[in-house]
Amino acid sequence: MKRNIKEQRRRLATTKNPFEVKRRDFFKLLGGGVVVYMSTHNPSELMALPLAQRREVPKDYNAFLTIKEDGEVICHVGKIEMGQGPITSLPQQVADELDVPIESITMVMGDTGICSYDAGTWGSLTTREYSHYLRDACAEARAVLIEMASEYLDISNENLKIKDGVVFDSSNPDKKVSYGWLTKGERLERYMDEKPSVKDHTQFNYVGQSMLHADARLKVTGEAVYTADVKMPGQVYAKVLRPPSHLVQLISVDYSEAEKIEGIQVVRDGDLVAVLHELPEVAERALATVKAEYTADEKQVDDKSVFEYLLNAPAKSREVESLGNLEEGENQAELIIESEFHDGYKAHAPIEPHAALAQWNGDKVIVWGSCQSPFGAQDQIARELEMELENVRIITPFLGGGFGGKIYHPQVIEAVRIARIAQKPVMVTYTREEEFYMDFFRNATVVKIKSGVTKEGKIVLWDFHQYHAGPRGSDTIYNVPHAKITQYSNQSGSPVHPLPVGAWRAPHANSNTFARESHVDIMAAKIGVDPVQFRLDNLSDQKMIHVVEALRDKFDYTPAQGPSGRGIGMALGTDAGTWVAVMIEVKVDNKTGEVQPIRAVVSQDMGMCVNPQGTIIQAEGCVTMGMGYALSEDIEFKGGDVISRNFDTYQLPLFSWVPEVIDTVILDRQDQPPQGAGEPAIICMGGAIANAIFDACGARVYQMPMTPKRVLEGIKKVGK
Amino acid sequence: MDKLIQFNLNGKETEITIDPTLTLMWVLRDQFGLTGTKYGCGIGVCGACTILLDNEAIRSCMLQVSDVANRKIVTIEGLSSNGELHPVQKAFMEKDALQCGYCTPGMIMNATGLLLSNPEPTREEIIYGMEDNLCRCGAHIRIIEAIQAAGLEMKKAK
Ligand code: FES
Ligand code: FES
Repeated sequence: MKRNIKEQRRRLATTKNPFEVKRRDFFKLLGGGVVVYMSTHNPSELMALPLAQRREVPKDYNAFLTIKEDGEVICHVGKIEMGQGPITSLPQQVADELDVPIESITMVMGDTGICSYDAGTWGSLTTREYSHYLRDACAEARAVLIEMASEYLDISNENLKIKDGVVFDSSNPDKKVSYGWLTKGERLERYMDEKPSVKDHTQFNYVGQSMLHADARLKVTGEAVYTADVKMPGQVYAKVLRPPSHLVQLISVDYSEAEKIEGIQVVRDGDLVAVLHELPEVAERALATVKAEYTADEKQVDDKSVFEYLLNAPAKSREVESLGNLEEGENQAELIIESEFHDGYKAHAPIEPHAALAQWNGDKVIVWGSCQSPFGAQDQIARELEMELENVRIITPFLGGGFGGKIYHPQVIEAVRIARIAQKPVMVTYTREEEFYMDFFRNATVVKIKSGVTKEGKIVLWDFHQYHAGPRGSDTIYNVPHAKITQYSNQSGSPVHPLPVGAWRAPHANSNTFARESHVDIMAAKIGVDPVQFRLDNLSDQKMIHVVEALRDKFDYTPAQGPSGRGIGMALGTDAGTWVAVMIEVKVDNKTGEVQPIRAVVSQDMGMCVNPQGTIIQAEGCVTMGMGYALSEDIEFKGGDVISRNFDTYQLPLFSWVPEVIDTVILDRQDQPPQGAGEPAIICMGGAIANAIFDACGARVYQMPMTPKRVLEGIKKVGK
Repeated sequence: MDKLIQFNLNGKETEITIDPTLTLMWVLRDQFGLTGTKYGCGIGVCGACTILLDNEAIRSCMLQVSDVANRKIVTIEGLSSNGELHPVQKAFMEKDALQCGYCTPGMIMNATGLLLSNPEPTREEIIYGMEDNLCRCGAHIRIIEAIQAAGLEMKKAK
């Protein structure tokens, strides 16, 4: 059905000023969006697609955009904001493709009721994948609006121009009409037969410009709403009974003492036992009186024996990459080097613990939840509770960090189940201890590498074995004629890991890059070549060569054979479509084994960069967060029991660890498709620091985290 | 046993009748709706719950509500006056010193306390003073810059 232009003309007669686009305060507007946008639209009208078809990113631009009469552009996307900045970078792209002022855009994010479908915010995909859909949608909307304007103004398309959401006659700018007046906030039933292409980088106003975080004002005033800040009348806090280990079953539970406490309600749904009270502390005190008996945890593995355990665990091997012939490579090599690298379990440890508030209304439920995947949570609830998808709505306020940990949302299911029985709104907010216990940790893993190098410094053999993590980041990258990557995992049967494992910022790439880049450094040192030059000599990938050269130049690096005593190390890799390298300078205290980062440089080729400042902040965040897994973070555990359960035993990076300077070089590739920015730089941190430690004192540390104790052991081995 | 507790909250004389052993952080969040004060660890090691108590930065998860009887507390919501942001808040915005923003209120309150006791801190003093506030996103380097900038701004305003 085409929109009736005559009807619009008629309306013109009764509307005084159809041309004006109201300017607004960008910060104020955007901020209002993410919290809860109460749409007057019926969501199904907004989407107008059968729900089953909504399980992919929609093609209909109406599913992303609503343009109100006053010119406000509401952009409803299934992405969520957890610190990586889509609330700033997506509007930059919308504003450019639509030709509207960025101030006119309100972002509504992560609400399954009114936002277009998205599987989840992860994998640095918001820009490199999702924004293509969004930009296509905006380009089509723009073309439709031009068509409508052309009919309305009676001027051919070619003679029209657009500025700030107003279409005008290029020879007579007074003849004009605004988007808002054309749309009146309604869905447009008109599509382009031939889909218009998106703009190229030379036509951008906002993309490529640095912009401050659009949500900053809300966040510095404490107004920004996170899940635990939402409150519904009559709501209670639920504290859930947790077993002492992931590997035990509940035998019996006695909560009679808890029930004696005034105002306490106990809810049991199978193994899910929760104590409810209006005050979280009273609920917690009551939970402490619950007595429960469990089966025994028989698993004999802990954070020290886990590497042996993983090497011996049942596994199927899979060839990930294979080139040439390993035997041939071994014959060509002058020097064969073998090493084995270890990495323990790591927690996501966002400062905001998981939280969810569930409110039932008849057979419908609304959940506010800290989820990286609101639509995934909706699916899971519908599946587990046998509900219609339409009856489940997930609203995602701001997330206080995710890093992959909020892809998993057990708290959402718990809140929904408990609230259904309790018949009142139920808030589940994890304590820090629960946050650690309930985490889906980054895999502990072992990597074994055997390599061979010629007298001239050419790598001719590369045999890489990765145990029980994943292959991401294990690619050889260097130009090696005989190379093989083998992955060992137990896809079927009982899980190998005693603890739940899951995606942690650039899953597996941190451990694999640590191993590869440490091993490459070992080779360089053995044959007496500067480690940066050694890498360049063995690379043929031009993109990577440029990234390393830019890194070297920015750092002002002068070549030296390691260990040079200067404490400079580098690592490189590719992740999320981005080519990245990091160089870091550290000081090592030979008496204590303590490592102090001094200076870091990140260099990346990430294709088109939407918000350079946002990218730089992500790189700084990767360097800072990455120091933690490299130097201190390690989950202590025994069997299925997580022993590290708070920040007093699980050490995050501190202010004093942060290098005084972190520089980021973004290669100018605005004509290329955009790639990821949230994860790439972090993958290099383990390897760069390991190599910097070696360069400082000659100690080679094969296990992360590289604690002072392990560094000292390394120093003792080289006899310093 | 509930008790009447009076104190000054964000510039207003306030009273509440409540179990005096309850934790100040939860009382601020649940009874007063001041949700800018965040829970991060509950044992005083992350700083997300930092407020000012008689102009000194302190962790509200380590206080009982009775501890603040007849004293003056300021939360992040009370830092700006008449819509005008405090220099520390402004500096955090201008330096883009945040990502997810969850640690931000605690960082700002701690930084404010620091600048109140030491208006011209060196970089080292800032690091020392902020050391026990955790940020998982890694906004540290910008937070340090923001505090330096805010210090200068506050000095100028005097
Ligand atoms: S919640 Fe108070 S210091 Fe962490
Ligand atoms: S900005 Fe996310 S924890 Fe600091």
